[in-house]
Amino acid sequence: MADTSKVEEPGRRDFLYIATGAFGALGVGVGAWPLIDQMNPDASVKALASIEVDISSVGEGESITVNWRGKPVFVRHRTAAEIKLSVETPLEDLVDPEEDAARAEKPEWLVMVGVCTHLGCIPLGEAGKYNGWFCPCHNSTYDTAGRIRSGPAPKNLEIPKYTFISDTVIKIG
Amino acid sequence: MSGHSTYVPKSNAGKWLEERLPIISLMHGAAVSMPNPRNLNYWWVFGGIAMFMLIVQIVTGIVLAMHYTPHADMAFSSVEHIMRDVNWGWLLRYTHANGASMFFVAVYIHILRGMYYGSYKAPREVLWLLGMLIYLLMMATGFMGYVLPWGQMSFWGATVITNFFEVVPFIGDDIRTLLWGGFAVDNPTLNRFFSLHYLLPFVILGVVILHIWALHVPGSNNPLGIEPKTKQDTMRFHPYFTMKDLYAIVLFAIVLFYFVFFNPNFMGHPDNYIRANSLVTPPHIVPEWYYLPFYAIVRAIPDKALGVAGMFGAILIMFVVPWLDTSKVRSAKFRPAYRIFFWVFLFNGLLLGYLGQVSTTDDFLGIHGVTNLLISRIGTIYYFGFFVVILPVLGLIEKTKPLPNSISEAVLGVEGAKAEAEEMAANESKA
Repeated sequence: MADTSKVEEPGRRDFLYIATGAFGALGVGVGAWPLIDQMNPDASVKALASIEVDISSVGEGESITVNWRGKPVFVRHRTAAEIKLSVETPLEDLVDPEEDAARAEKPEWLVMVGVCTHLGCIPLGEAGKYNGWFCPCHNSTYDTAGRIRSGPAPKNLEIPKYTFISDTVIKIG
Repeated sequence: MSGHSTYVPKSNAGKWLEERLPIISLMHGAAVSMPNPRNLNYWWVFGGIAMFMLIVQIVTGIVLAMHYTPHADMAFSSVEHIMRDVNWGWLLRYTHANGASMFFVAVYIHILRGMYYGSYKAPREVLWLLGMLIYLLMMATGFMGYVLPWGQMSFWGATVITNFFEVVPFIGDDIRTLLWGGFAVDNPTLNRFFSLHYLLPFVILGVVILHIWALHVPGSNNPLGIEPKTKQDTMRFHPYFTMKDLYAIVLFAIVLFYFVFFNPNFMGHPDNYIRANSLVTPPHIVPEWYYLPFYAIVRAIPDKALGVAGMFGAILIMFVVPWLDTSKVRSAKFRPAYRIFFWVFLFNGLLLGYLGQVSTTDDFLGIHGVTNLLISRIGTIYYFGFFVVILPVLGLIEKTKPLPNSISEAVLGVEGAKAEAEEMAANESKA
């Protein structure tokens, strides 16, 4: 080694040292990624991503629950009174303000993921102070458009991506 | 583990091994010749009991895994298969399920003993940190184990707990999906929980070894909270403490097996004998009893993110206790004010445990107008207040009682200690 008491300019050895370290870190990252990403949803899970639901048998004031991606989806045929109640609710009364029109493509059909946005329990239908949904786990209350009104849940019930294939069939996902 | 060993190999084989791997002298130093304070009371047996329970859990767990099927369609029936068909399967499963609870009982007493006698104070901070890490790992292991039978409580408990992670800013949703391996708790979740539930106990065992190592460097604390000064203040680990610990383990095992044989589902929940159903939430979700105080805290805080932060914070704050407590005196025996706050803390923990399993909107113990929610909030405030206000402030203002000169003096009196010291010196010179 040369005289170490003087401050040395970075040399070939420093470059090699840093380059080796950087490549080592990159290598560890590349090696670790498959070990982490294997935990994400696999192809067979993703393949079940969309379902078609026949709603012809659901009368006014009735609901059905269908299983989509392992979660319940509520399909509710709302009554005129329910729609009116929701439309007339002022936005400033809402925790997570959203127009009724933004919640339902066709006002009489409300399609929502039936999972409480608090900690994932399934709310009970036609229950609670707002005649919508009530989660028994921690008392979150949703209105007739599935919007959060009271309790610890932070958000409205999620609206999944869905399209009307015909008047009586909905494709969810 | 730190030079206490008096082991000298006598046989040629012993000498041969000692030169190559001094494992026998290491074990000898840790469990035979290790000097322990002579005044340890029965609250000091719970470390050994916890170690025993860990071994019980590992042994019963390994054999249960030989009969269990970690698949969403088969897990529930495979547990019933263990209960009905497998030779002694009922015994193994009930011992494992109740053993988990009794492991937590031992560990909670062990932690509270450390808090009462100030065992976390210098030079035992690392010992405390490793203990807390064990506790955290136990919580994760216990939770994942509870999911495996794939009953309604398994499924919905898993759903609630994994949803906690959604509050992490920006990546919460991705973390949750990563934990689930799907869009909800399902077969991939069960599979990975089984894998991790098998792995973590061995991680715990590794940290337990570090915990014991960190114990044997400064040695055990004791009820007086003063360090042993002379040989007179200590006794050999074996036979005195090995026998005492074994006796306590036998007593503790009687309690464990009372539950196993006579009341095996006392600490379980009947809903877990209903197969998991992703479309029906049970009307009342409660976690295992050992998480209830923390569950009460999450429910006491009205905001979702803050509630989850409060719950994790309640556990993580325990890690910094050695630095929050400013008192120079370790043992509550000499801290009259701390002693009161400690017992209130203990009672408050039990109260939060009770509140964690009742409806928040109901009246507290039937008292009209006082909801469980209100009491939970008061309990939560005291829980955090104990750590961030009482511990730091009390250490500065409390008038403590005078400490004894030595352990022997406190045990035998000044005259008695002197007489014993002379006797010991005489015996030594004779030898």
